Amino acid sequence: MGDLKIKDKDIVVPGEILAAGMDFLPSGGAFREGEDIIASQVGVVSIDGRLVKVVPLAIKYIPKRGDMVIGTVEEVTNNGWFVDFGYSNFALIPLRDGSMDYIPKGADLTQYYNYGDYVVANITNVTKSKQVDLSMKGPGLRKLSEGVILKVNPAKVPRIIGKQGSMISMVKTKTDCRIVVGQNGLIWIYGIDPVKEKVAVDTIKMIDEKAHIQGLTDEVSAYLEKKVGGEKRTTVDGKEGEENVQ
Amino acid sequence: MYNKRPDNRKFDELREISAEVSVIPRADGSAMFKIGKTVAIAAVYGPKDLFPRFLRDPKKGILRCNYNMMSFSGSGERIRPGPSRRSKEISFITEKALSPVLDLTDFPGSVVDIFIELIQTDGGTRCAGITAAALALADAGFPMKDLVSAVSIGRIEDKIVVDVSKEEEDYEKGMADIPVAIMPRNGNITLLQMDGLAKPSELKEALKVAKRACEQIYKVQKDALKARYKK
Repeated sequence: MGDLKIKDKDIVVPGEILAAGMDFLPSGGAFREGEDIIASQVGVVSIDGRLVKVVPLAIKYIPKRGDMVIGTVEEVTNNGWFVDFGYSNFALIPLRDGSMDYIPKGADLTQYYNYGDYVVANITNVTKSKQVDLSMKGPGLRKLSEGVILKVNPAKVPRIIGKQGSMISMVKTKTDCRIVVGQNGLIWIYGIDPVKEKVAVDTIKMIDEKAHIQGLTDEVSAYLEKKVGGEKRTTVDGKEGEENVQ
Repeated sequence: MYNKRPDNRKFDELREISAEVSVIPRADGSAMFKIGKTVAIAAVYGPKDLFPRFLRDPKKGILRCNYNMMSFSGSGERIRPGPSRRSKEISFITEKALSPVLDLTDFPGSVVDIFIELIQTDGGTRCAGITAAALALADAGFPMKDLVSAVSIGRIEDKIVVDVSKEEEDYEKGMADIPVAIMPRNGNITLLQMDGLAKPSELKEALKVAKRACEQIYKVQKDALKARYKK
């Protein structure tokens, strides 16, 4: 008969025994050794029936196919662009996935994305040796030419987005900013009104700091209400940002 | 006869220990570990591209440690800065002590850098360094099987003493210094060195004592990692 060694929502460290016996199954952030289930990361325990997992408080970004990421162009070659997106290897945007437009033969590729440009891209493929391919073909994938870039730990990204994007859409509507959250922890924020843009930046920073606290949505809502509540809304470009339908 | 330790500690008593994580905001993970007057700071950066390329492992990332004692850290004699035979060896054994717990299969061809700086030293620096480095790796969010706790055990005349200070290390009449690093959960030993001579029975006793001491250190490590996320 298995028994739990910890309670739900406890903070655990690597090597801590979570449960003993075969009645429980390890999930993300935990592994089985012998009969025991052991944490492999610093995180918050989440018990779902027989499933025991650790929701990490800090992680290293590991690229996955389908992730939307933000990165900087570090190299421009004849067959594409290399992008630094916070992983050990650069990712390649091949020429054929470089733009929605037709790229003529022999074109100057810096005209599309130059060194140091920030781009939003989708991961199309990750090989076994972790070579990453990106694509710029898709809604919302483009070069970022204005706004602010923030960096947070990738472990906080699900919290910043919220359930079905609840958190991020609240920040977007309250501050009238356009926000793109990359799965690699880079966040782009742009608002016409610099004051509101500042509020959005501060809000994201607050979520980053307090990501492990429960009932954060209410706290963020109250914070936004205090900062921008009561003001008349102005839209950035007449429509809601369609980015981040995640 | 060696009946009394210079700082009046019991033979199996550790010096005062404390730990803190995320002490360097710009690093991916960092930690400070104090044991008595020895203070180690560890910072983790990476994973990043590894050069030269022939050092790369296509299956997993590799660990690269750099142990350094600061020039002002000793007893007042200036320590010559830069790598030395001693610091290179300690960097190497630190790597070997930490790699069994670390899982870098998600980062093939890359390197994780750990920098360990000793800002103040009074014996047991490699153990303090390993303990701090294990904390820094966990703080950075790398998947790990366990933490690593390390302590130096000494044999002074016929006594086995825990956590030797510099003064005891320099004891002239029969001294062996045995640094031990242990994975606290299952008691596996990831580092065992011996400087000096000891009987097999004494070594066995030393390992037993080391295990108990590491349990105390592990508790401090655990609390430090959890304290970062307490309100």
